[in-house]
Amino acid sequence: MLNGILRKWNVRIGLGIFALALLVAFLGPWVAQSLIGWSGHQVDYHAIGRPPGHGHLLGTNTAGNDVLAQTVLGARGSVFVGLVSAVLATVLAAAVGVPSGFVGGRYDRVMTAFTNVFLTLPSFALTLIVAGYVQGAPWLMIALIIAVFEWPGGARYLRSQTLSLRGRDFTVAMRMVGETRLRLVFFEVMPHLTGIISAMFLRAMVAGIFAEAGLAFLGIGSTDTISWGTMIADAHSQSAILNGQWWWFVPPGLCIAVLGMATALVNFGIDEITNPRLSAAGRRLVKKFHAARAAGRRAAGPAAAETAGRST
Amino acid sequence: MRPAADPDAIRTTTDPPPAGTAPGPAPRKRRGALRYFRRRLGFYLFTAWAAVSLNFVLPRFMPGNPADTLLRDLQDQTGQAPTPEQVHTAQTFFGDPTKDLLGQYLDYWKNLAHFDFGVSVTNYPTPVSQLVGQALPWTVLLVGTTTVLAWVLGTALGAYMGWKPGSRFDAIFAPTTTFLHAVPPFWLSLVALWGFSYKLGWFPVGGGYDPKVPFSLNNVWFVLSVLKYGALPACTLVFVGFNGWLFSMRNVMVTTVSEDYVLLARAKGLAAWRVLFKYAARNALLPNITGLAMAIGGILGGTLMTEMVFSYPGLGLLLMKATTGHDFPVMQAVFLMITLAVLVANLIADSVYVLLDPRTRDEG
Repeated sequence: MLNGILRKWNVRIGLGIFALALLVAFLGPWVAQSLIGWSGHQVDYHAIGRPPGHGHLLGTNTAGNDVLAQTVLGARGSVFVGLVSAVLATVLAAAVGVPSGFVGGRYDRVMTAFTNVFLTLPSFALTLIVAGYVQGAPWLMIALIIAVFEWPGGARYLRSQTLSLRGRDFTVAMRMVGETRLRLVFFEVMPHLTGIISAMFLRAMVAGIFAEAGLAFLGIGSTDTISWGTMIADAHSQSAILNGQWWWFVPPGLCIAVLGMATALVNFGIDEITNPRLSAAGRRLVKKFHAARAAGRRAAGPAAAETAGRST
Repeated sequence: MRPAADPDAIRTTTDPPPAGTAPGPAPRKRRGALRYFRRRLGFYLFTAWAAVSLNFVLPRFMPGNPADTLLRDLQDQTGQAPTPEQVHTAQTFFGDPTKDLLGQYLDYWKNLAHFDFGVSVTNYPTPVSQLVGQALPWTVLLVGTTTVLAWVLGTALGAYMGWKPGSRFDAIFAPTTTFLHAVPPFWLSLVALWGFSYKLGWFPVGGGYDPKVPFSLNNVWFVLSVLKYGALPACTLVFVGFNGWLFSMRNVMVTTVSEDYVLLARAKGLAAWRVLFKYAARNALLPNITGLAMAIGGILGGTLMTEMVFSYPGLGLLLMKATTGHDFPVMQAVFLMITLAVLVANLIADSVYVLLDPRTRDEG
């Protein structure tokens, strides 16, 4: 299944975008300094709030920082928060969902109720209230808070998947053989969940980036790092709109949107594999088949061709 | 051909094949629905209790002491030492070192029952309940209209797209909506504000109504100004919102369209719109309705952020002012409002689901 997914063009593009984002996140300061010529913090006193051009590809903000350099640096702030929160959220989801589905019984009922409560509570509001109490927290803390409220959806999904895997023949057979529960979970059930978990991970990462941007926009994100969210928030609070400085808030938002689209692309690819009827390639094949059949019938006789055309 | 098929069609539409299960005796069915409803209600009450308790627990276990911060901020705001009454409310909500936890918890519930959330710090001495009461109608208005509009628009377009997957309409819309769905709503609001209000000057730059018009619902000009000021935030929210519905509807539709009963309806020669809406879309709709309940929290979040961008006088703006001003009482009240709103929305969606899908009535 994993191989089939990786062969899809939309999955490949999506993963490529993710890889690029990670690369920029890791190499950010170096890229800014050596390729753009400005570090995000450096102030160009001769260009304050300057539109794109004249040595600043994306212009400068009202503090005289190069916007492109800030966007590159911001990748680190945003992607790292997304990455850490996604790792934590995915681990939590797996730790709650898989045993719950596998063990069943009273444990399952309690955990499902617990998950449902968290699923129903609006995570946006929860994240916000907690982040509000610890204002000005370091980015790691923000990532942690985001993760704590992001896992329930994944846990529920993994639980239902595990539930179905538990009843499959191979698991039952292995249980008959006398495998330990731990081994069953990690060697029989988990490998079948890797596809789902990795898709979940990507989704959680983008959700984390979204949440971070939202918190930063509210002014309760991390104060120590630049992220795409803090850039948009700064632009908003320093009335970039009234000054017409679109180049300040458009690039970071586009970056977030592109990452969001990358997850969507990967998800489509996975949807097409799990639900072949959604596949565009499959539909093209069907069309081709019908066309070929119609052509064959047309050769046989005009009346037959007409009925074939109507049935498609 | 068509008249002959019609009575048959009516029977099938009232009882669509996958949804219509073996009809049991009517009283049993109703009892099933009631039991389902009661179980959901119990769950939501439990969740509400959890949220309220979380609101009680959080400030008491946070690093730093919100009660002290609050009292200090109050003192800064008013320039005099807080009155014993203020100290009492602050400690009811954020932790009283002299009382045991259980006593605090009971006090906290007592205050909530009286809608007493304490007084705002930034707008001293306005009670929080009054601030929230002023902001709530705006948010309800904005969320209500935009969610309904976005849902209807997205679902209808999605049904049409899924009806003919791979058509030109589908091929153009699918990638565009993917992108739009991935855009953070508050950022899109910023861009819209910049483009339509600043560059083109079509809409006011912010606010919920014209401040020059007297504030009264009986005044036609005031209502018109509300519409004018709300137009851009509402359009942005609909624009952001409809993409999600479009996608889920399209994907369910694609699979529904190839079901046998849809094929049969087509083979009978029924009008295309009739097959589309009464056979395929009717059944494809269910996931979109449950989706509405699941999504309402996120929608609220997006709406609050959009309100902040447009300085729309709803809960979002209140929340933004509260977070920047460390106004914990207001933050807590808004959090409770959002949570309760989400729970109520879920309950409504569940009841609608029971009405629409007979299968839920039978189980249990």
